[in-house]
Amino acid sequence: MTDTRSTHTPPIQARPTQARAAQAQTLAVEVTAIEKVTPLIKHFTLSAVDGGELPAFSGGSHIIVVLRGATRVYRNPYSLLSSPRELDSYQIGVRRMEESRGGSHFLHDHVTVGSRLEIAHPVNLFALAKTARKQVLIAGGVGITPFLAQLEDLHGGAVPYELHYSVRSPEHAAFLPRLRAREGDRVRMYYDSESHAIDFDGLLANQPLGTHVYVCGPAGLINRVLTTAKRWGWPDSHVHSEQFAAPPTGDAFEVFLARANLKVHVPPYQSLLESIEAAGVEVPYLCRGGVCGFCQTTVLDVDGELDHNDHFLSEAEKSRGKSIMPCVSRAHCKSLVLDL
Amino acid sequence: MNAVVKPLAFKPNETFRDDFTFRNSEAAIRRFPLPFPNDEYMYSVNIEPHLPGPPGSVFEHAFDVDEHYVAECRERATVLAAEPLRFQALPHMQSAEWDCLELIMNSLARDYPAHFSLGKRGNHWHWINRPLDIDQHFVFGDLASLPYPPLEYITRQTQGDFVVMDQRDGDLWIQAGMVTTPADWSLDFDMGMTFKEWHGPVPLAHEMNVFDRALKYLLNLRLGHPVRRLNWTMTIHPRLDTSPENYPSWGPERTTVTPRNAGDLVHLRVELQGLWRLPRSNAVVFSIRTYFISIRELATIPKWARRVHRVAKNLHPTLVDYKGLSRYRDALVEWLAPFDDGTPTTPGTAPE
Repeated sequence: MTDTRSTHTPPIQARPTQARAAQAQTLAVEVTAIEKVTPLIKHFTLSAVDGGELPAFSGGSHIIVVLRGATRVYRNPYSLLSSPRELDSYQIGVRRMEESRGGSHFLHDHVTVGSRLEIAHPVNLFALAKTARKQVLIAGGVGITPFLAQLEDLHGGAVPYELHYSVRSPEHAAFLPRLRAREGDRVRMYYDSESHAIDFDGLLANQPLGTHVYVCGPAGLINRVLTTAKRWGWPDSHVHSEQFAAPPTGDAFEVFLARANLKVHVPPYQSLLESIEAAGVEVPYLCRGGVCGFCQTTVLDVDGELDHNDHFLSEAEKSRGKSIMPCVSRAHCKSLVLDL
Repeated sequence: MNAVVKPLAFKPNETFRDDFTFRNSEAAIRRFPLPFPNDEYMYSVNIEPHLPGPPGSVFEHAFDVDEHYVAECRERATVLAAEPLRFQALPHMQSAEWDCLELIMNSLARDYPAHFSLGKRGNHWHWINRPLDIDQHFVFGDLASLPYPPLEYITRQTQGDFVVMDQRDGDLWIQAGMVTTPADWSLDFDMGMTFKEWHGPVPLAHEMNVFDRALKYLLNLRLGHPVRRLNWTMTIHPRLDTSPENYPSWGPERTTVTPRNAGDLVHLRVELQGLWRLPRSNAVVFSIRTYFISIRELATIPKWARRVHRVAKNLHPTLVDYKGLSRYRDALVEWLAPFDDGTPTTPGTAPE
């Protein structure tokens, strides 16, 4: 079912690229197709506004989609699910989040065919290991998206691979027809509705040496794979996971940017990074999901507790309290002072 | 802008060995990338975006092509004929090899249309390299359609060395490269090393955490946002191939420098290093483009003569040793001394 509504005006427009920091350089794209592939997931096709090819990328890459709403700007990361060999368009799958701060709701409810968006160049924080002897991919729900592009890289190659795909019920199995058609028996389906769960021990206990395992999906699935792999003695270098933390909501607090000499209010439903950006201060970022460490910022003072939600800082660094990832982390405090 | 740029006049017969007929034209001297922004030198993580620089400068284009292009490509072929392992690529780097070929061909054809052109019909590409008289039809992605592996093919037609690093386990691993103009390091020896293993011999910088910071930076290098830095050393004669493999042929030359001949024998050797994220492979390619200038040529710019005299005179003893200058640093300083009357130098590297 392709959504080709064009009756109401897109509420967002690409703005002229501003001459800001290099990281802010974006590509202008137009939504050329929208398909609802499950009750919760929409599949968006994005094409360059100038009609040309988009930059080449590798499977596992994500883009940041910039959404300019009426009152605020969202910058959300989404994995590219289209083939790295086909650059006429990029495709993303967006799950409508129950507790969306607005980004996924905005894409689901306000973006239509013809809407123009800005995106950042692809970044890959979830790349396939090129030295692997075998690749085992484990997806949960919308976590299938990076694997769709990776399968294009694996298809027809010399390295054996298999995909284990777990969803709530058959109607939630996004992109399954495409997977079946291309990959056949290499795809194993698991349905919660049929009480059919992945046998993690069976899967991870008997893989040949040189196998790499990749998991993307809900936190529970990722934790199961990581702990099971550890128990069976997998080296960390052969176990890969990607989970973009959505910035959690929390209490409002004040942040003082020492170098900019600027006081910024962080409301409950806006991230620290978004609040700082809204105040006109640029912070370098790549993933906006607590993964890459690019936005690491020095904490000069805080009169309360930091609320670390990233996957980058070590536990020791988190308890030291000298650094914060403003993309996903917050603070329980009256005032936080940052070296910005 | 391209319309007013004259095609380059190449000097195809100059040599980087035996009789060393390499010389810089006056224009080449003035565009030389002096790596000393002030009168003292110490390491820094001097990485900056590789954005187009001023017209005519070595930073103008992604890959600078200059008057030495044809001669440097011939020198590379000479080295490869004797030592084929100067090019190596592990099997899992094939997509990175194609990425490099695409990056270089796109850049040269865009930046030097008088000398290079690239036609594409889907995967059927047509490459023309006029200075080297090459006209090649091939299929992008099809190894059998080129006479060499893709990285070797294109780097035989490019000035400077190339190292391709695979990114995994939070590190960068040397997995492919073309290295025929090394400043005393060996691709064959370093293949398979991690970023810090590769830089193991560099003194002082480890203690300064330079490589921790550089690695962290490079792991997050972004597509479409290449970066660059300058590095330098000195070499006796304009000898591009100062490899460990051939040490006996060049190492002893360092004992022949005197205060009388230093201006002609000693060459400042500057590396313009570029780093690109590669799109399909997620690998990182590191380009190392070498520029030579004899101290006599350099001294034709009064500001540069004063500055290099001061840098050489006050260089940290550990760096004097690491850069291999111990045997002739004093002779070099003595040769340059008459050019330095103590007048302050203006900030920056411009020739004034």
